[in-house]
Amino acid sequence: MEKTVNQKAWFLVLPVLLLVAFSAVIPLMTVVNYSVQDTFGNNQFFWAGLEWFEEMLRSERMWDALGRQLMFSGIILAIEIPLGIFVALNMPKSGFWSSFCLVLMSLPLLIPWNVVGTIWQIFGRVDIGLLGYTLDALGINYNYTQDILAAWVTIIVMDVWHWTSLVALLAFAGLKSIPDAYYQAAKIDQASRWKVFRFIELPKMMGVLMIAILLRFMDSFMIYTEPFVVTGGGPGNATTLLSIDLVKMALGQFDLGPAAAFSIMYFLVILLISWVFYTVMTNLDKREG
Amino acid sequence: MDWMAWTWPTAIFFAVIATLLITFTVLAIKFPETPRTGILRIETTRGDRLFITLLGSAFINLAWLGIVGAHQPYALIVCLAYAVTVFRWV
Repeated sequence: MEKTVNQKAWFLVLPVLLLVAFSAVIPLMTVVNYSVQDTFGNNQFFWAGLEWFEEMLRSERMWDALGRQLMFSGIILAIEIPLGIFVALNMPKSGFWSSFCLVLMSLPLLIPWNVVGTIWQIFGRVDIGLLGYTLDALGINYNYTQDILAAWVTIIVMDVWHWTSLVALLAFAGLKSIPDAYYQAAKIDQASRWKVFRFIELPKMMGVLMIAILLRFMDSFMIYTEPFVVTGGGPGNATTLLSIDLVKMALGQFDLGPAAAFSIMYFLVILLISWVFYTVMTNLDKREG
Repeated sequence: MDWMAWTWPTAIFFAVIATLLITFTVLAIKFPETPRTGILRIETTRGDRLFITLLGSAFINLAWLGIVGAHQPYALIVCLAYAVTVFRWV
């Protein structure tokens, strides 16, 4: 018979729960309260019911921001995952150069978000930035403050630069855990390079790749600082992603009600993805363990 | 507590959720259980199923508001049916 799970150990997390209640749960409850009311300042609130939720669900602005957000996450995943695997496959497997590559690739991960934004903001400028200046000298019309395509390319390349190493490092860890015997067996069977990748490396990397995909999706879905520093959501609203739009609404326009309703829906989506993340990870662990 | 801008409906909403959480905590202590695998092919305990129910109910309510847009309380009936499904088969 299977042993029943003793859940009493959960009481040990009570101190953390108190801390989280103070820093997250109580503010979140306040957001819920705001979302059903209207205010004109002075801490006076008027009941509005589900009006803000309805407004947000029918708001083109929110759906557009969601569309842009999904496009952003989709594009960076489509680039970062294959590129990360490619880098990991071509990295030296051991020795000095392996460590050298690992350290080199960790560097972008250590840079704070706003600094990454500033680096690219300057890098892309036509007057003083190396990238912008070079492109301009080559006769390519590149101006991320005015051209939508240039703005998108900049924020995507920036994210790829910042985070591909994470995927590569995870994929590398996955590759390192494959025992030599698998490769020897493949050699005896005269398997091609592609078949080794398809039937040995890829299945063995699946676990870490899953983590990489979910981590990158979550992170890019909540991204704020980097695109905000580079484009400020412009030109127009072209790079206004969900969190940028939310901050504009809540702090720029001080529309607490609609912004609260927006945050709650945003939070629910994040919660759903986090749950999927957690479930997939724990189930992978169980299957492997 | 003025700064939190409480209203009766939101207070009741949170009270219901708090009651559910406390009830399930007490249940988990009094009647320990074995996690089971349902149609989602993941291991779930009662608490997991409660979480899936609550999160799903939030989306059901939003979908009702967005698609039907009226008679919001009826969405709760859908949520109840969903809860029964989750607790029975997930």
